[in-house]
Amino acid sequence: MIDAIYNWIDNRLALSKSGRHLLNKIFPDHWSFMIGEIALYSFIVLLISGVFLTLYFVPSEAMTIYHGAYKPLDGMRVSQAYASTINISFGVRGGLFMRQLHHWAANIFVGSIVVHMLRVFFTGAFRRPREANWMIGATLLILAIFNGFLGYSIPDDLVSGTGIRIAFSILESIPFVGTNLAFFLFGGNYPGTDIIPRFFILHVLILPLVILGLLAAHLGMLVKHKHTQFKGRGARNDNVVGSPLWPNYAAKAGGFFFLTTGVTAILAALVQINPIWQYGPYVPYKVSYAVQPDWYMGWLDGALRVMPSWEIHLPGHMIPNVFFPGILLPGVTFTLIYLWPFIESKFITHDYAEHHLLDKPRDNPMRTAIGAAVFAFYFVLFGASSTDVLANYLQVSLNVVLWAFRIACIVVPIVVFPVAYKICLELQHLPEAGKRKRHMIIVRDEEGAYHSVDSEEYPGYVTPELAPVQIEEVDLSPEISALNATATPKDTGVYKIPRD
Amino acid sequence: MPDVTEEHPNLESVSLDAPQFEVAAKNVKRTEYVTFGAFILGFIGFAAFGAAYTQNAPTYMLGLTIGLGLFFFGFGLVSWGKYLMPQGPFSEPRPLMETTEQERELLKADFTSRGKVAIKRRSFLVKAMAAAGGVFGIVAAFPLIRSLGPLPKNSLMTTKWRKGSYLTTIYGDKVRPSDLEVGGIVTVFPEDDLGSAISQTILLRVKESGPIVTMPGRENWAPDGFVAYSKVCTHAGCPVGLYEHLEQLLVCPCHQSMFNVKDGAMPVFGPAPRPLPQLPIYIDSDGYFRARAGYDEPIGPGFWTRGGTA
Ligand code: HEM
Ligand code: FES
Repeated sequence: MIDAIYNWIDNRLALSKSGRHLLNKIFPDHWSFMIGEIALYSFIVLLISGVFLTLYFVPSEAMTIYHGAYKPLDGMRVSQAYASTINISFGVRGGLFMRQLHHWAANIFVGSIVVHMLRVFFTGAFRRPREANWMIGATLLILAIFNGFLGYSIPDDLVSGTGIRIAFSILESIPFVGTNLAFFLFGGNYPGTDIIPRFFILHVLILPLVILGLLAAHLGMLVKHKHTQFKGRGARNDNVVGSPLWPNYAAKAGGFFFLTTGVTAILAALVQINPIWQYGPYVPYKVSYAVQPDWYMGWLDGALRVMPSWEIHLPGHMIPNVFFPGILLPGVTFTLIYLWPFIESKFITHDYAEHHLLDKPRDNPMRTAIGAAVFAFYFVLFGASSTDVLANYLQVSLNVVLWAFRIACIVVPIVVFPVAYKICLELQHLPEAGKRKRHMIIVRDEEGAYHSVDSEEYPGYVTPELAPVQIEEVDLSPEISALNATATPKDTGVYKIPRD
Repeated sequence: MPDVTEEHPNLESVSLDAPQFEVAAKNVKRTEYVTFGAFILGFIGFAAFGAAYTQNAPTYMLGLTIGLGLFFFGFGLVSWGKYLMPQGPFSEPRPLMETTEQERELLKADFTSRGKVAIKRRSFLVKAMAAAGGVFGIVAAFPLIRSLGPLPKNSLMTTKWRKGSYLTTIYGDKVRPSDLEVGGIVTVFPEDDLGSAISQTILLRVKESGPIVTMPGRENWAPDGFVAYSKVCTHAGCPVGLYEHLEQLLVCPCHQSMFNVKDGAMPVFGPAPRPLPQLPIYIDSDGYFRARAGYDEPIGPGFWTRGGTA
């Protein structure tokens, strides 16, 4: 029966012709290659939990009187968006879990994309032929941040409403197009009544579709190029060494999907996130303070804070203060990110060849140092988003904290750059560094000075990779040998790693 | 480490009893038990979730049961895949992406020669098609842009405050001096724009009595110890709702800009680049606060088409 169905399909789609090849597709193994998978899997969690939320969420700013399971709000005049989110949290079975699952998955999604991008950067995986995939990836990061922002804006609570107000101000600051752009996006002057429905449709339909399309291109290119691999274990530029799709990779990747969703679900179960009933509904003249936006907006918030109070006045026009941290800074950063593969080959490495073997970060100190410095800069900005909290906590004046961050923004990257560069050079001269501990003992001489002396290996310490033993010729079945006459040398060249 | 010239077999040329097909686990039995246990725990987690859901259990129960179920199920699959499956490594060839001059020439030749046949002596068709397509491209954008929103026109330049507007609370009550103690603040709106994000204004009682001259030329803008400023921050538009009476500073909660209320709300700290616009007010013969006029400059954050008032 099953056979018959399979044959029917196969005779129409010719699956088995390419299918065998697919089963044998080789995937290199390295823990850092799983970070991109985390992004992929949390995106799937986002889609599933998002569909659930869409069933109950009402994307409308029309006012309604809340009557429902959450008593403290009973009788309040709130928007339907806010009321329906409260209802999901308290009135729908499993609703709060789904909301928290969705929000945690979003945070993990953006986080894993950033870490994934760092791994691609520091290992040089963006080099030819993968420049285009790097740019698709950068676009995905931008879209993920935007979609996250849209998502936490639509419940219409006090915290997110304040964020929307700031977003409007940043939009209208853009030279030439800003004022019109802000009006077109918001359907008029702030606040208007169109924001929530518009953000909703962008958040649940348009951006997810674009992300899905780009993701397909991203992974399609990955299959076409085949995954990069680290040196060693016989890896070369023209082969792929690792484990096959069937059964190894299927089991590991499938299992990893469940591990990712499982951890996300446990977070959603135990760690509260975005309790909008505590924030209250958005009212334009009410203030919210000491609440932070989602973490991936932190750098922007920090940049808005540390920017000195400058703006540029022109006849009949102006370039407002928020333009510099809100538009110029991310604009310049992402332009550099997009162009980095070309900048690097033109100005640093002068290397235009195809690369399928990854660098270790130390192999290219200039790239690593620049990446570390830029990352450090953003990390400082991220910290600057909590100036008020820090001032309160440390009992120092806000002025001191603000100036500390303004100085740190400039000083920290300048310090990180040479330090990272030097560490790379040092590591290059330590071939085993990062591999395993070296066997040393510390001895003290008569003068009292200390020396480290190479010692015997620890008892029982074996370094299996160092001593591969050649295995005997394998017994290939006759049919396969006949098919692959050239692929069956006497010495199979296969080494077995002894294990005890 | 084996040297880089080492070759691993291609899956298609290796038989199942090759050492690559040995499992990776050192202790196979124990790994099997652990994997089995993980699947059982996964089973229990999922079943418990079903029970919790039907019983309408609290959030943490729902989440923990399904979360642990998923976790252990995944754990089982990974340990199976990692330790109880062929340890490899295997390899496959990787064709480089580079193309040859010849391959590119062939494609180019096909494209242009066939194109030439189609276009030959019909370049007027190409032009007509381009013209029609171009117009389509342009007009297609019209309805999209037009339907997005109105043009800004003057709407960012003004508020609903007029000469004679009453200073009204969100509940619609007109405000009079006796409503506020020294150090008190209240958010007010024009009576026809209650709750407005744009017109919101903050009225403060800075001292017991006497006019406050925040700037030359504003001699009768702030009577009897009261002064009114736009509540929309000139930085990024948050409501400036915190007042520190001791230092007489208005503080914006978003990025901590501070404005000196005695000094025309000049920013003294933080990123805000301009003072909050001041609303000129007076007390009418019935004892209510009213606006002498609307704001004399656009309120709130800067925008590209705002003129350059410093
Ligand atoms: C929606 C977000 C993203 C998802 C779901 C995603 C997913 C993946 C996955 C599953 C892989 C293979 C596993 C790996 O090498 O880690 C991969 C590879 C890759 N990604 Fe992404 N990615 C995303 C964003 C990005 C970003 C932001 C960049 C960089 C700007 C990027 C650049 C790359 C490159 C160049 C590769 C090929 C790496 C190689 O072959 O070594 N991706 N991506
Ligand atoms: S919005 Fe007031 S300080 Fe930024």
